[in-house]
Amino acid sequence: MYIIVVGGGRIGYYLIKALMDEGHDVLLVEKEAAICEAITDELGSICIRGDGCETATLAEIGTDRADMLIAVTGDDEDNLVACQVAKHKFKVSRTIARIRNPKNEALFKKLGVDVTVSGTNVILEHIEEEVPTHPLTHLLAIEDSGLEIVEVRIPLEAPTVGKAVRQLSLPKGSKLALVIRKEGKNRVPTLNTIIRAEDRIIALTTPESEEALRAALRG
Amino acid sequence: MKVVIMGCGRVGARLAGLLDADGHSVTVLDTNSYSFRRLPPDFQGTALVGNGIDEEALRRAGIEEADVFVALTQGDNRNVMAAQIAKHIFNVPRVICRIYDPLRQEMYSTLGLEAISPTTIFAQILKEKLES
Repeated sequence: MYIIVVGGGRIGYYLIKALMDEGHDVLLVEKEAAICEAITDELGSICIRGDGCETATLAEIGTDRADMLIAVTGDDEDNLVACQVAKHKFKVSRTIARIRNPKNEALFKKLGVDVTVSGTNVILEHIEEEVPTHPLTHLLAIEDSGLEIVEVRIPLEAPTVGKAVRQLSLPKGSKLALVIRKEGKNRVPTLNTIIRAEDRIIALTTPESEEALRAALRG
Repeated sequence: MKVVIMGCGRVGARLAGLLDADGHSVTVLDTNSYSFRRLPPDFQGTALVGNGIDEEALRRAGIEEADVFVALTQGDNRNVMAAQIAKHIFNVPRVICRIYDPLRQEMYSTLGLEAISPTTIFAQILKEKLES
């Protein structure tokens, strides 16, 4: 695949290295001459100095042939514009933008960016996972489906302990996928599975019914 | 009418002063409070520190009731992003943004943004002056 990366900061640098290792054709667009030189010295001539938001730059590097454009500069507005120019001027079928402000996710989607990646969110989720008392942890958002996989921990004295799954009022569209137990086997829950204290339940849900799911499982 | 102006540079401050003098309700947003020194001393409107590409800052500036939003920062991309937030998230009836880069201005105009490129306009004026 021919992939264009905009922004040669730390993320851009490791990203092109990883993409090159996978055998892709990559080209990095970077504004700063010094960064361009350093990358060219190390990785060969895969870096062009220029503004990845400018139509002229993108035309020069054959963006109309690109399968994907990934904008990973440190500024959300630059990433947005690079993706929009790629999409509307050069018909690039897949555009990916890094976002700093997690709130921009919905906006970018609305404005035609195919995928957004929020470093801030990723870090928050990893920290959430490590906080043992956190009632609901986001494990994975399943792209373009509106679905997510979450983990809910059952506290010792939860009113749901000892109840069967069929007795819980789970929100529509939420499915329990796995019960992880300290003692005993991990199991795929059925309607008859009894909830025990300290169970970790992996479930498929939507962001809207997340709260209802948490309430149904933990009481 | 109620106007929100993002960017209190020379153009932003001047526009704010003119509209304010005409009796419009004007709010100016800038990331640096030092920029507000450019506003005329008798300015009656509101000057607010905040970043116009942040929905919260725009809300504080009263964008939900605004009739007009104008994006006039130094950064083309910031203007483009703020203008799109105003138009597509807050449904502001009239949104205008400045885009220095003529090619970018052209593209966003075709996408339905009211975008003005001072570069194109000023070059045209100079050309006409020189040729007349």
